[in-house]
Amino acid sequence: MPTYQNVFTRVQVQGHPHYGVPLPAGDEPRVGKPIFSKLLGRFGNAQIGPVYLGSLGLISLAFGLTAFVTIGLNMWASVDWNPIEFVRQLFWLSLEPPAPEYGLSIPPMNEGGWWLFAGFTLTVSILLWWVRMYTRARALGMGTHVAWAFAAAIWLYLVLGFIRPLLMGSWAEAVPFGIFPHLDWTAAFSIRYGNLFYNPFHALSIVFLYGSALLFAMHGATILAVGRYGGEREIEQIVDRGTASERAALFWRWTMGFNASMESIHRWAWWFAVLTTLTGGIGILLTGTVVDNWYLWAVKHSFAPAYPEMWAPIADPAQGG
Amino acid sequence: MKNFGIVAALIPFGALLAIAFVFTIGWERPPIDVQQVGYRGTGMEEPNNPREQAVLRAMNEVPPEIYPLDSPADLAAAPTAGEIYENVQVLGDLPEPQFTRLMAAITEWVAPEEGCGYCHNLENLADDSLYTKTVSRRMIQMTWDINSNWQNHVKETGVTCYTCHRGNAVPQNIWFNEEPQRFASAGMLGWNDSQNQPTEANAYSSLPVSAFEAYLSGDEPIRVQADAALPTTEGGSSIQQTEKTYSLMMHMSDGLGVGCTYCHNTQAFSSWELSPPPRETAWHGIRMVRGVNGTYMDPLTDTFPAERLGPTGDVAKANCATCHQGVFKPLYGVSMLGQYPSLSGAP
Repeated sequence: MPTYQNVFTRVQVQGHPHYGVPLPAGDEPRVGKPIFSKLLGRFGNAQIGPVYLGSLGLISLAFGLTAFVTIGLNMWASVDWNPIEFVRQLFWLSLEPPAPEYGLSIPPMNEGGWWLFAGFTLTVSILLWWVRMYTRARALGMGTHVAWAFAAAIWLYLVLGFIRPLLMGSWAEAVPFGIFPHLDWTAAFSIRYGNLFYNPFHALSIVFLYGSALLFAMHGATILAVGRYGGEREIEQIVDRGTASERAALFWRWTMGFNASMESIHRWAWWFAVLTTLTGGIGILLTGTVVDNWYLWAVKHSFAPAYPEMWAPIADPAQGG
Repeated sequence: MKNFGIVAALIPFGALLAIAFVFTIGWERPPIDVQQVGYRGTGMEEPNNPREQAVLRAMNEVPPEIYPLDSPADLAAAPTAGEIYENVQVLGDLPEPQFTRLMAAITEWVAPEEGCGYCHNLENLADDSLYTKTVSRRMIQMTWDINSNWQNHVKETGVTCYTCHRGNAVPQNIWFNEEPQRFASAGMLGWNDSQNQPTEANAYSSLPVSAFEAYLSGDEPIRVQADAALPTTEGGSSIQQTEKTYSLMMHMSDGLGVGCTYCHNTQAFSSWELSPPPRETAWHGIRMVRGVNGTYMDPLTDTFPAERLGPTGDVAKANCATCHQGVFKPLYGVSMLGQYPSLSGAP
């Protein structure tokens, strides 16, 4: 009997292709002959295909590809179409939003217009993919939990690139499309608004982000650890608690004093993941719109810690003599 | 194989680490010396790589004194340079032996290969035909100005020609205005907003490359953080301004070989009450560099030949690295003015 509890996938099921459950009447069938990939089987399902994109998926991909190519061509043009420099400097390159002078107006294409265009097409693509995710879940008779979790991520994306710039009255506030440039944006954003660590919603977001990672590790490890007792049949064990569930529960009671149930652990995970971006989005949305300096705001509300003086304080040389 | 899983888990981890080492730069092996500069637990620390420090130490040593200065009595008895030589416009009041010694020192500091002929017409030393002579004269006045009027930055240590030149006719750390992005203005794509090009000016980040022009020859406001908790009707700095300030700070950090916490408390970058004292020295330094560039370098633009000018026709200018050269105090704070008192101020 192959074991499931190894940290790597040891069991790979390859047999007749699985064509899935019957779809509702009127749904187009998936197309193509399935193939099997042993390599992919090590990471997930070994079966590739058949595929179904439908009009939503195709339009979403087309818009997404348009955004990708727009960003890529602008990056490449910014190094004068030099292919070597494009690869060498790729992490530094970016498609930048318009300068602050343009506010919310439409700038010339090569001074931020392409950024607006790429942002628009990327947003259309993401929103259409969300609709696809929702309708596909419905087509399978599933709940729409995944679509709503995705919506939580889209909320943060829209706050960063659309809602907050609208409220601030300037596209320049939005994030550039580039690897290092978007990280510089993040650092500059925190510096400009007086240290984002004093933003309570930023703090909540970090709690949920790290918490998500922790819960994911705890849950994954627990289920693998009780794999030899059938722990992978966790959904069944919600109502029919087996020995795997009992052992896992007692393990956590011993080590943590409390245990989630086979059902509630999945709600913990879902809410932690969803709240990461929901609270993060609120934190970003409040920054610059209702709070201009989070450190001073924390001082005002008496939660910024004060430390003992290590040197005689200096005065601002720009003030007075 | 019982522990296969653990062994196998280490392989991809090791491979990722190897890839990270190959494709990224700036890795330094431990141990790194860390000096605590603020209250414990606040991350106020100054990390230094002792191996890099050893190299920097060797590169930033004060050169040996060229030869001893004559005794004060001898100097008092000697005629002045102005009495002996023609056309000695700024150093004419120096006793001749001291003047000659300074000329010899400047040759060592600035043009050790080229010799006197780098600035002087060897047929007639009084001749002003070489631009380098005109520039040197102005640079001596600049040195006097820095040592007597910018002591809130250079303290008693002061500067000499060697602080910047280090044996080079043109100091190694200078800057020119950035060229506008030529092709993008003509094309339809590829505008980079003067960012996203790793150069020495932005310490190889993707931050703007226009910070020197804005803050070290221009005097755009550097401060970007709001003074109040809540937004005001005037609005505040944009992200772009913040990134430009950030770029200047990256240069200062790079040029001085220090981290942010050398001058700032990262709890609140803008707070002067929380900032370590070197921030005040740095504040005066920024004004000093503006003075150097505005008062001395810019007016020399037409004196320099075209090949010494930048891509937009501007003169070479100073930044923090021009003097500091990777060290928190140029030449580790060793003063050369004791050996060359004639450079400490106008006579």
